[in-house]
Amino acid sequence: MRRELGRIYAVAWKDLLSEIRTKEMFGGMAVFALLTIITFNFAFDLTGVDRAASGAGALWVAISFAAMLGLGRSIAVERDRGSLDGLLLCPVDRGVLYLGKLLSNLIFILLVEAISVPVFGALYDLPIYRPTLLLGLLLGTIGFAGIGTLFAVMASTTRAREILFPVLLFPVAVPVVIATVRVASMTLSGTTGDVGRWLNLLVGFDVVFLTIAFLVFDRIVEE
Amino acid sequence: MKQGSTRGLPGWRFAQGVGALAGVVMAIALYMAFVYAPADALQGDVQRIFYLHVPMAWVAFLAFFVTFIGGIGYLWKRHRGWDQLARASAEIGLVFTTIVLLSGSLWGKPIWGTWWTWDARLTTTLLLWFIYLAYFMLRSYVSDPERAARYAAVLGIFGFIDVPIIYKSVDWWRTLHPGPVVSTGGAAMPGSMVVTLLVALAATTLIYAYMLYQRFWIERTKDEIADYHYRLYERQLAREMREGASV
Repeated sequence: MRRELGRIYAVAWKDLLSEIRTKEMFGGMAVFALLTIITFNFAFDLTGVDRAASGAGALWVAISFAAMLGLGRSIAVERDRGSLDGLLLCPVDRGVLYLGKLLSNLIFILLVEAISVPVFGALYDLPIYRPTLLLGLLLGTIGFAGIGTLFAVMASTTRAREILFPVLLFPVAVPVVIATVRVASMTLSGTTGDVGRWLNLLVGFDVVFLTIAFLVFDRIVEE
Repeated sequence: MKQGSTRGLPGWRFAQGVGALAGVVMAIALYMAFVYAPADALQGDVQRIFYLHVPMAWVAFLAFFVTFIGGIGYLWKRHRGWDQLARASAEIGLVFTTIVLLSGSLWGKPIWGTWWTWDARLTTTLLLWFIYLAYFMLRSYVSDPERAARYAAVLGIFGFIDVPIIYKSVDWWRTLHPGPVVSTGGAAMPGSMVVTLLVALAATTLIYAYMLYQRFWIERTKDEIADYHYRLYERQLAREMREGASV
């Protein structure tokens, strides 16, 4: 078990190190997330009293779009540079590779959130530092990255992978989107009645989808 | 084998029987839906679309379940037949889901006063439609058929498991669709309507079974033709190399 954790960490560390050296992904993702948040300002009226409800949606759309960019990129570079073949030659379980890639993707998306969520709170004057909101975001991000990592690997070998990836990801990720936005908007508007139910749904989604993704991953990457 | 037909294939006679039966039962279902069943007290004749809409929805769901099973079977056994079954069934499911969405809209306009509403069933059905549309996009974007089968199997499994979760989440979000009409103890609907619905369900299921048989063999034949092409190509390549070497 300890050894497996070390291996997962090694795969994730490889991605982080390569990002530290090339600075390809994170900057683009963060700026894109901020731009999306700002664009929503022109699309909706986010200054009125109901901004708690619509603002939560704007925040999650920004994060999920940025996450989608990062997820697609993080797998595409592995294919293009041939490093995926190297990873597959490693004498480790394929599930370990999946969890390693998931961990590094998760770290990138959480870093983007660490920047865009406070900026969002400041721009729209919303009290975002609430435990339920942050927990909802974390659980939603895990679920989104969990299926996103798997589908990005699938999309990366196809023609037109940039187009196919969101088409695969978004319909399947709908429960995550609904639940995360609900948790955030309920927390922001102060009606916390059903939040527990949505958090349960997120936990259930994460457990079910990560388990299946973990199980089928070696069927996806075999060449 | 006669050109352009599935004659002589295993189960052909049985499938022909199923097809003929489907035609007869469908004719009975049409008669019952338009003549035998009474017009709804509140909705009038518009309600008759329900005899198309509800069976199509159930059978579409059955079709996606078969795709789910085919996907698991393929990932487990690696036999192409499982994938051909999954493909054939997903295609029929997608067509039936399209009919469900369109017929529901036609009914919704006069009854609800709108073509569409973001209710749990409607939203789930629409997302189901998108997932299986992605299923066929995925297939057509992957050039290696074996890999396409593996990827499609994974999406078929994810898509099907996602349906109850999508339904639950949209249901908590908002709901408007009329509740389950059959399970409410029968008091909600006169017996003649229930019988008509069941006959229409039988007809739709038979049509599905017949189409599945046909699609399955067409997919199978497509794969065989692709194999022949590949072997021809290989042979030609080998010949060219030999000729090139002799020159």
